Amino acid sequence: MPTLAHYLIVSGLLFSIGLAGVLLRRNILIIFMGLELMLNAANLSLVAFSRFNLLSDGMPNYNGQVLVFFIITVAAAEVAVGLAIIVALFRAKQTTHVEDLTTLKF
Amino acid sequence: MQLALFWIFSLLMLLFAAGVVLLRNPVSSAMSLVMSFVALAAVFVTLDAYFIAVVQVLVYAGAVMVLFLFIIMLLDLREEKSRRVRLSAWVGGGLVVGGFVSALVQVVSSLPGADSTKPAVSNPEANDVALVGFALFRDFNFPFQIIGVLLLVATVGVVLLSRKELK
Repeated sequence: MPTLAHYLIVSGLLFSIGLAGVLLRRNILIIFMGLELMLNAANLSLVAFSRFNLLSDGMPNYNGQVLVFFIITVAAAEVAVGLAIIVALFRAKQTTHVEDLTTLKF
Repeated sequence: MQLALFWIFSLLMLLFAAGVVLLRNPVSSAMSLVMSFVALAAVFVTLDAYFIAVVQVLVYAGAVMVLFLFIIMLLDLREEKSRRVRLSAWVGGGLVVGGFVSALVQVVSSLPGADSTKPAVSNPEANDVALVGFALFRDFNFPFQIIGVLLLVATVGVVLLSRKELK
């Protein structure tokens, strides 16, 4: 049987792959996908904690799963707004490469 | 059996997640992300979170990824020209990620109860969707309404952002 440590390590690895995508890739859409991976890693550890820490009635702690539901909803809204911003940015600058977007650079 | 399924799906998930970062073509990255989300839904099933698994497939692998692919096609993104690779960026990124992983392994190995196997639930036949629904509408009714308002604000914001001329 997989233990809690298995799930936490896999979730941490997924988070670090997402973090690597955000840090190493220069395409703004791929950076956005890395953000989604990181959100999903957080969801995985929340669900694992909810399943491994049973309440006194012997059922999983569903509060954790409700939080995951909220995270998924917020992530969907975030993707919609973020992609709209990327499209507006592409219209103005004709690029999705972050090194070509230096208007806000100090 | 459970352990084998856990490893199969988590390795698939990590492999496709690595594909998102490593593949050059944005469309391949997006398809890889879809597969990663579907494998993550299977991992949720090994945790008996059926409702979350279904929502994961519907919202992430369905709606969110269609949006991503739609935008990639709309912007007509081609394969990235490989620009000169900045070595300092890769070394810095690798150091941050490696440090994070080693810190994580240390924390998890010192966590009390981390090596506990999955405890048996008292009622394995319980309706997962109903129980999440009770928690959502009884204990978290107010946050649920707030999330509704948030979705409305996001919709209005997207419509405003995608107008031809921004005032």
